Amino acid sequence: MNAFSREVPLAWYLLLSAALFTLGIAGFLFKRNLITVFMSIELMLNGVNLSFVTFAQQWHAVKGQIFVFFVMVVAAAEAAVGLAIIIAVFRARATLAVDRIDLMKL
Amino acid sequence: MHVTIFEFFLWSLLKVAVVTVVMLLGVAYTVLLERKLVGRIQNRWGPSRVGPFGLLQPLVDGAKSFLKEDIIPTGVYRPLYLLAPILALGCALMSIAVVPFGEPNVGPGGVHLFEIADLNIGLLIILGVTSVGVYGIALAGWSSNNKYSLLGSLRSSAQLISYELALGLSLVGVVLQTGSLNLRVIVEKQAEKGIVTWNICGMQFVAFFIYLMAAYAETNRSPFDLPEAESELTGGYHTEYSSMKFAMFFMAEYANMITVGCVATLLFFGGWTSPLGDLIDPPQNIFVHALFPIFWFVLKVFCFLFLYVWVRGTLPRFRYDQLMNFGWRILMPLAILNILATSLWVAYH
Amino acid sequence: MHLILFVVFAGFCLAGAINLLLQSHPINSALSLIVVMTSLAVLYLLLGAEFLAIAQVIVYAGAIMVLFTFVVMLLNAGREERTLGSRSARNVGFPAAVAILAIIATIILKAQGLGTAQLSDGLTDVKGGTNIEVLSTVLFTRLLLPFEVTSVLILIAILGAVALARHGAGEPSASEPKVDNQ
Repeated sequence: MNAFSREVPLAWYLLLSAALFTLGIAGFLFKRNLITVFMSIELMLNGVNLSFVTFAQQWHAVKGQIFVFFVMVVAAAEAAVGLAIIIAVFRARATLAVDRIDLMKL
Repeated sequence: MHVTIFEFFLWSLLKVAVVTVVMLLGVAYTVLLERKLVGRIQNRWGPSRVGPFGLLQPLVDGAKSFLKEDIIPTGVYRPLYLLAPILALGCALMSIAVVPFGEPNVGPGGVHLFEIADLNIGLLIILGVTSVGVYGIALAGWSSNNKYSLLGSLRSSAQLISYELALGLSLVGVVLQTGSLNLRVIVEKQAEKGIVTWNICGMQFVAFFIYLMAAYAETNRSPFDLPEAESELTGGYHTEYSSMKFAMFFMAEYANMITVGCVATLLFFGGWTSPLGDLIDPPQNIFVHALFPIFWFVLKVFCFLFLYVWVRGTLPRFRYDQLMNFGWRILMPLAILNILATSLWVAYH
Repeated sequence: MHLILFVVFAGFCLAGAINLLLQSHPINSALSLIVVMTSLAVLYLLLGAEFLAIAQVIVYAGAIMVLFTFVVMLLNAGREERTLGSRSARNVGFPAAVAILAIIATIILKAQGLGTAQLSDGLTDVKGGTNIEVLSTVLFTRLLLPFEVTSVLILIAILGAVALARHGAGEPSASEPKVDNQ
């Protein structure tokens, strides 16, 4: 078997998906900028999407891919509303640092 | 007899090299076409000194761009400042990879000689590359550390993402009639009887004009070229760019024009098929038989480029609010109505 | 070929994700996330999901990340600062994240029955045909109601975003001086 036809075990895809998810969690916990925290959430969603597509390939079922389709749609809607909320928060607090946006009342 | 993966890789590399060279030459001579044609519309000659009929002008222009001084202002955000023209030109040259410009199944083994990538989602790739091309403009304006650049790039990006909708929706009608997103299949379905079965004559007349207008806005060309209007925004998003980087933005715009022309011929005008259909016999010589469809394709794309320059020379430009109004409140509902009408037609036939 | 492509693009994914954490300016994090998303699109293509690959590019990399980039540009978000909160989060959170990864990785590696993937694998489910045909057959027949519900969801999101981000949302309209016509 030459180098051009090697197969890839699906476990590797799942490991990559777990790594992306964990890096998303790490970003969500570490980063101090509101927009970067939101981006880490999107990274988590992408990691989960990859595992769905991997399992769709394993079981040759199209349901996995349809679920990813719906996750993408919901993520798009959530990103739009979330960024609008971030803009509104910025207008009220004039800062995007997570440590300073910690009180409900100004 | 299928070729191995390694041979397929080599053939693809060859095709990419040839198509890139042809595309860059096409871009250079489209600039010349525009200058001469706009000149003739304005009752003057256009470039005519360098070489016969000014045909060596693009070479001289290229040499000039290379030799000009490359000024990088101090306050720019360097990584993005250098990345933006690369992104713009890269995306502009990428979408030609899924465009078939000749007869399929002409080539060794399973290799299409006149198409780089035969993908089942070819049409969506072009839309995807257009979507990513917005970054070139947005990042160029922001990284330039210049109010006019930022405003120009924001206006231009807003224009691009607004007209992407109308662009995509206008193409759904064609896909509904054909039943596939594969560009080769779309052309083959139009090849039955010559000009009568081309999509523009069969139900997609309105969609063609919606596509054309949305494409003019997507390529930032007149009458939608407000982001580049010198009188308003001192050059818009490419104010702070000089010499080769500016030339890259310039080339990206013309490469986008060529891509739009290619997509319009493939989807609405029958691609590489001749308008006469079966009326004349195909030529016997195998080389001429393979090259004739390319001739038709190039002729049709040339007609679209001519139309582009003609419109540029004739119409005044839109104001920004008129532009956004047109995109959201006129083109998009029209495109949705077109989808509705096409789906009713397809359902009851 | 599949192995080489997987290693290259999985490398890009991980590099982009780690770069997202390491960068202090949000615009660099946004660009790293774009790299992650386009590499993921290539990985979807390797797994036979053509439509999802191009939808990932069009929707995620071409629309959602453009939104993020615009917000970073418009709000002029600057570099992050290092505070006590960030240091303690790093000291506590880093072991926690590693622990989560270790648990998930153990479960994955102990799983049996996971197959392999080849370049020639496609998706053969409902009636065959291309990936898009299979996907759209299921989406528009069995799952038509969720599809329409998501379109209503997007409409709600548009209305919400417009209402939240508008100038004057939350600001008292009494900021205009009331002119008394007498």
